Amino acid sequence: MNTAQVETLREMTWEGGPSPLAVDKKKLGMWLFLLSDSLTFSALLIGYSYVRLGTPQWPRPFEFYPAIVKATLMTVILLTSSLTMVLGVHAAHQEKRGLAVRYILLTMLGGVLFDVIHISEWIHLILNEHVTPFANPWGTPLFGGAFFGLTGLHMLHVTIGVLYLGIVALGFGRRKFSPVDVEVSGLYWHFVDLVWMFIFPLIYLINVAPK
Amino acid sequence: MTRRTEAVEAGVPGTTRLFLWVWFALLVLTAVETFLAYEELALLLFIIVLMGISVVKSALIMSYFMHLRFERLGLFLIVVPTLVFMICLILIFLYPDSIRLLEMRP
Repeated sequence: MNTAQVETLREMTWEGGPSPLAVDKKKLGMWLFLLSDSLTFSALLIGYSYVRLGTPQWPRPFEFYPAIVKATLMTVILLTSSLTMVLGVHAAHQEKRGLAVRYILLTMLGGVLFDVIHISEWIHLILNEHVTPFANPWGTPLFGGAFFGLTGLHMLHVTIGVLYLGIVALGFGRRKFSPVDVEVSGLYWHFVDLVWMFIFPLIYLINVAPK
Repeated sequence: MTRRTEAVEAGVPGTTRLFLWVWFALLVLTAVETFLAYEELALLLFIIVLMGISVVKSALIMSYFMHLRFERLGLFLIVVPTLVFMICLILIFLYPDSIRLLEMRP
């Protein structure tokens, strides 16, 4: 082990103060918030799985085309927005402010696109399929409650994320926010992406309409 | 020198190339999930495979996009085992009853 490595390891040791675990306090705060938020989503997804498993005739209304293809496209959009976000964080840490802001704006565009596709799907379900949170033509009212509850809460997170990123991009561009602020907002955005990685298979894929 | 110490010294964890590879892997896993939905596997097998893929995707997102791989072990221990433990607690109370409902179907 050379001197530089020893020095690095020494600096990594928690010596108390404002950076427990050698993590910025804002970052640690965001991680703890995400921990609690992931429990909210876990409880909802587990509750949904419970009724899904306990209901013999659970509706499977999602045709492979267009519903599943659309949901896959939404997943690709979210994953791509996560890529632009992490590249934005990378650029922010390298003090390339203009590039970081452009990456954040691209991430926001991904979030807006996701919302637009999702809302169009909601409108289709409500107007054409007559599905509401309390009733649907297939005789299992819980389907609507589970679908709109889970996807609605996730969509709310995406929308809040877009606004949050907008504020961070503005502040970072004007040198009011630091690269750590961008990184913290990135953590939130990746979490929104991560939650979708469970909603997508559990809500859409296992409810694909039989051929 | 390990990737972790390099990352800490540079103050910028990861490289663009690494993030692109992770993104590509996530897209491939998503394509596999959608393909399996098209093929209509048996429900139980399908759920097991899907949840396995979702856990791998989450691990990739947390490790690389959220930089958890480059953080100290302490942060990982605060977040991941706690979450797994609490999810197991919720499952303990719900699932035995759910499986009972499944077996009581007419």
